[in-house]
Amino acid sequence: MQDTIISASGVTKKFGDFTAVNDVSFEVQRGEILAFLGPNGAGKTTTIKMLTTLLKPTSGHVSLDGHDPAHEQSAARRTFGIVFQDPSLDDELTAMENMQLHAVLYSVPSDIRKTRIEELLRFVDLWDRKDSLVKEFSGGMKRRLEIARSLLHHPKVLFLDEPTIGLDPQTRNHLWDYVQKLNREEGITVFLTTHYMEEAEKVAGRIAIIDHGKIMTIGSSEELKKQTTTATLEEAFLALTGNAIREEGASSADTMRQHRAMWGRGGRR
Amino acid sequence: MATIYILWLRQLKRYSRSKSRMIGSLGQPLLFLLALGYGFGPIFEKAGQGNYVQFIAPGVIAMSILFTAVFSGIEIIWDRQFGFLKETLVAPVSRTAIMLGRTLGGATVALFQGCIIFVITIIAGFRPETWAAIPMAFVFMALIALLFTALGTAIACVLEDMQGFPIIMNFLVMPLFFLSGALFPLKDLPGPIAIITRLDPLSYGVDGLHGALTGTLQFSYPVDIAVLGIISMVLLAIGSWLFSRIQV
Ligand SMILES: Nc1ncnc2c1ncn2[C@@H]1O[C@H](COP(=O)(O)OP(=O)(O)OP(=O)(O)O)[C@@H](O)[C@H]1O
Ligand SMILES: [Mg+2]
Repeated sequence: MQDTIISASGVTKKFGDFTAVNDVSFEVQRGEILAFLGPNGAGKTTTIKMLTTLLKPTSGHVSLDGHDPAHEQSAARRTFGIVFQDPSLDDELTAMENMQLHAVLYSVPSDIRKTRIEELLRFVDLWDRKDSLVKEFSGGMKRRLEIARSLLHHPKVLFLDEPTIGLDPQTRNHLWDYVQKLNREEGITVFLTTHYMEEAEKVAGRIAIIDHGKIMTIGSSEELKKQTTTATLEEAFLALTGNAIREEGASSADTMRQHRAMWGRGGRR
Repeated sequence: MATIYILWLRQLKRYSRSKSRMIGSLGQPLLFLLALGYGFGPIFEKAGQGNYVQFIAPGVIAMSILFTAVFSGIEIIWDRQFGFLKETLVAPVSRTAIMLGRTLGGATVALFQGCIIFVITIIAGFRPETWAAIPMAFVFMALIALLFTALGTAIACVLEDMQGFPIIMNFLVMPLFFLSGALFPLKDLPGPIAIITRLDPLSYGVDGLHGALTGTLQFSYPVDIAVLGIISMVLLAIGSWLFSRIQV
């Protein structure tokens, strides 16, 4: 039985003259785990932003659990949770305060709020540091907190945009086990991006390869390998996207970080 | 309701944790109070206008509120730059609630800052006409705080980064302050200036403060309150609308 929860048809996003996402169409079924793989600047984050009400497509149509994120924003927002690729914590608050703020914004009932916050902070190994200001955290600790925060409410769809950047292997495995458990037990649909082939292969039912704003192919990792007559997913990925290193090294995330570094040193206090 | 409260609380926490901001924003009003209050005092008195410290104190209180309020509003740009803005942008709550929470939080901070300056003006020799009018003064301090936090927030929604900040300070906040009657009486001004001062919403706040604290009212309480209240509402509505249109 087909039960589509995310769909995109003919979606294009232009920034000025530059086409970041070019006539992309795909569907994700309820309860599925889909991975978006693609070189830097391929358009993965831009696609996620269009699905999560942060950007409006230039043309084409997206749908999230029957709602159009571009127009029925509130309805769309109630369906998902997200780990952004870029930082999104309030540095001036403690870990606990960040969690509580999120719990209120997503109206997590107060009886499960406390236990779930503790469970998740323990899960990412931050319970001892719950009252420390986030600005005192290391990069990996911030990332773990963002992950814990995104799991606080249990949405229908979970978007994970390179959730494992900067994480040690232990935490990475831990995270994927948890995500798979949520997917299995609560039927949460997961839309993830990553640059680690083995993660995609392990977790995702289907993998979409995207390059230059276009989806090259979509299928299970077996299908991708068969299609390209290669032995590993990495070889399949390289066969589909070529070996050239992308020039757009400074993606939006990197510029963000440069800004942060700049402001962090000079401007603030 | 819960959303408004938690975002209000967030603003207060951020403020209480940055001592330097607290102290830094006292500097400018103090400078005006001391340099102008005591420097211009003798001239002002010779011109038959009475004690200048007595005149300028309400203006200095208004100034500290104005600056803190606009700055609190503008803080949304930091949120954009540091990424936290995305967390609120995708949250399944109404944009108006987010705006209200932020604005009330920023306004509370500004009001608090105004109270500190109030105390300082009293230490510097300022004496309110009657202590019974203090509640009325608070009403106006709160309204000034609300209006200019809403203004700062609305402006910040259309700015991408802090680079536009000096422009806002020099072409909006400073003129708002200098043309508000904070430094000179609005009575008997030449035509064009009189019109401009009447278009400056801060004039009505300063007028209300003067009325409560020094007993000289240029307009009237109902007019002052109505102007400040209505403009605040309009700015809040515009802010919510601009906020809902932010793309990142
Ligand atoms: N706000 C923006 N303005 C202009 N160009 C943008 C903007 N956001 C993204 N782009 C461009 O769109 C392209 C796709 O960016 P996107 O962030 O979607 O890539 P990505 O697939 O997520 O890459 P990465 O693996 O580096 O995260 C890039 O070339 C990027 O420079
Ligand atoms: Mg990306």
